[in-house]
Amino acid sequence: MPLFEAVVLALRTLQAQKLKSGFSFIGVFIGVTSLIVAWSIVNGINTYMTDKFAGTIIGVNTFHLRRRPNFTPNISDSTWRAWARRPRITFGDADAVTNALTVPVTIAWQSSDQATVETGAKKVLSVDITGASERYFDIKNLKIANGRAFTAQEARSGVPVIVLGEEVALKLFPDRDPIGKQVRIGGQPYRVIGVVEHQGKLFGFSLDRFAVAPARSPIQDMVNPPGIIDALIVKGATLGDMRDAMAQAEEVMRGRRHLRPRQDNNFVLETSEGVLAFWAGIQKFLVIIGPGLVMVSLVVGGIVIMNIMLMAVAERTREIGLRKSLGARRTDILRQFLAESTTIATVGAAFGVATGVGLSLLVNAASPLPATVSPFSIVLGVVIGGGVGIVAGVYPASRAARLDPITALRQE
Amino acid sequence: MNQQEFRTGDTPLPDVVILTHKLTRDYDMGSETVRALRGVSIQIRKNEYVAVMGPSGSGKSTLMNLIGCLDTPTAGEYWLNSQKVSDLVDDELARIRNKEIGFVFQTFNLLPRADALHNVELPLIYAGLGAKERRARAAQALQRVGLGDRMDHRPNELSGGQRQRVAIARALVNNPSILLADEPTGNLDSTTGLEIMALFRELHDAGQTVVMVTHEQDIAAQAARVITLRDGLVATDQLQAA
Repeated sequence: MPLFEAVVLALRTLQAQKLKSGFSFIGVFIGVTSLIVAWSIVNGINTYMTDKFAGTIIGVNTFHLRRRPNFTPNISDSTWRAWARRPRITFGDADAVTNALTVPVTIAWQSSDQATVETGAKKVLSVDITGASERYFDIKNLKIANGRAFTAQEARSGVPVIVLGEEVALKLFPDRDPIGKQVRIGGQPYRVIGVVEHQGKLFGFSLDRFAVAPARSPIQDMVNPPGIIDALIVKGATLGDMRDAMAQAEEVMRGRRHLRPRQDNNFVLETSEGVLAFWAGIQKFLVIIGPGLVMVSLVVGGIVIMNIMLMAVAERTREIGLRKSLGARRTDILRQFLAESTTIATVGAAFGVATGVGLSLLVNAASPLPATVSPFSIVLGVVIGGGVGIVAGVYPASRAARLDPITALRQE
Repeated sequence: MNQQEFRTGDTPLPDVVILTHKLTRDYDMGSETVRALRGVSIQIRKNEYVAVMGPSGSGKSTLMNLIGCLDTPTAGEYWLNSQKVSDLVDDELARIRNKEIGFVFQTFNLLPRADALHNVELPLIYAGLGAKERRARAAQALQRVGLGDRMDHRPNELSGGQRQRVAIARALVNNPSILLADEPTGNLDSTTGLEIMALFRELHDAGQTVVMVTHEQDIAAQAARVITLRDGLVATDQLQAA
């Protein structure tokens, strides 16, 4: 019997026994659904971490020169205390590194804290305020929607001008153009010169609740002690440029700190790789746990199918005897039952793929995760599902094929 | 029967469809061996109509299974259409069953979920025919047994007689050398049974070789020749007046 006939026959049997077949493929269905969904969620988290999280916090081809890492999961108290004893990064450090770098890079200063921004009539609490240099906007990829950023001249001389995030601007000046207006932070007045375009959200937190002023302006008193910055941000055009710049910066800093060759750095050059390494750890865990769960449901699914097929062989012993008496060879019977178990499993896998894709789209629409279904996971789901059917079908099918036609025909 | 003596090493005459020579079949039942056939030698020619009779335990079912290539003998020879089938293996026997033998069972043995046409198509599927030709030949076979208008009916939508006709159509669809019927009227009322016997007669008149196992005297009376088995041996073998 050709394979095609066997599959048609299998589909006809499934159609005749919808309920039983439904039960039999539920294991494979759940397995493949979870495979597709888990895969797309991991995909989504991956995209989110690499593009948005790491990109937003640190940036592509960018390193931060800091006293201690900014992104610090699972840090012991002793490490934390050691970090707290380290000297801070000074204006002098920043200038020395900037002057020493021979690689073409973009450099910006950054010092941040939270404070209240107010006008005479309105105020916004817990705004991320930053003292920065003029290239900060380029490095952070903050596009000015209205007005302008501050200039190098303004940064150097510490003119009290300020650029607002969209949310802050909208809350303080709901129906007026904020450009040229005055806001106050910690009692000091600043003139609004620009508003940054809409940035959206990260993990549900607004990325538009900020204000940036020149580091040498009075904002310094709000964010750091005099002459101190949180980070010197250095962005290379390429990864290679960044690596070269890192090496030079490290050398300069070690010289300034008088570190002997065997002493560790008492500063950190943090890249997005550090952040991503943390995510890679979580991902490794998911990559082990996820397939484990999928495997369990597929194995259960396989056992269910095998039992259903053994039942089918027992129930249809007479039919098998008849088919043999009409000229079916062992391989014909083997193929018939293998096709049936594989079809059950593949139909289950197909429903699993459909449901999995549906759930992933739902996750994509209803949560900030950009869950994307990988085409490979669909192929893998169907192949694994069908494979489970074949494996589960081998034993029942070979039992059916070995039946003696006379005994089988006598079966009631 | 006026037949030539067959010796081991001979080849049957061309018009002998079935030839068994000292056919024996033992069943090993653990502690004892049941000798179901103890050396049955018969010859059946093309277009004969033979009834095999005998009380239960006489070995007629065993002979039937051997003739139908569902079983292999312990010793002896079985020639079907001048081909020695007694030492063929499983898959070869399946092919012989498919091409040479049309079974008609007491309990019809139709697939309950398939319609009449599909039931009749079954042997052709295993013969490897394409769907179009299968359907045409199955339809033809159903018309031959008078069920041309019942092709899309399932077995439970048919009467007992009609079911047996579907089974006969299935047996005929591959143009087998022999039509092998095991108590074909056993599950039918007497009127329907007579109709089926009339159909057998008709097929026989058209040239079909028919071998039928029965324990009913009046059904056996329809055949041209009656072979009676007793204790695994041929007891009588006689022609009857038509």
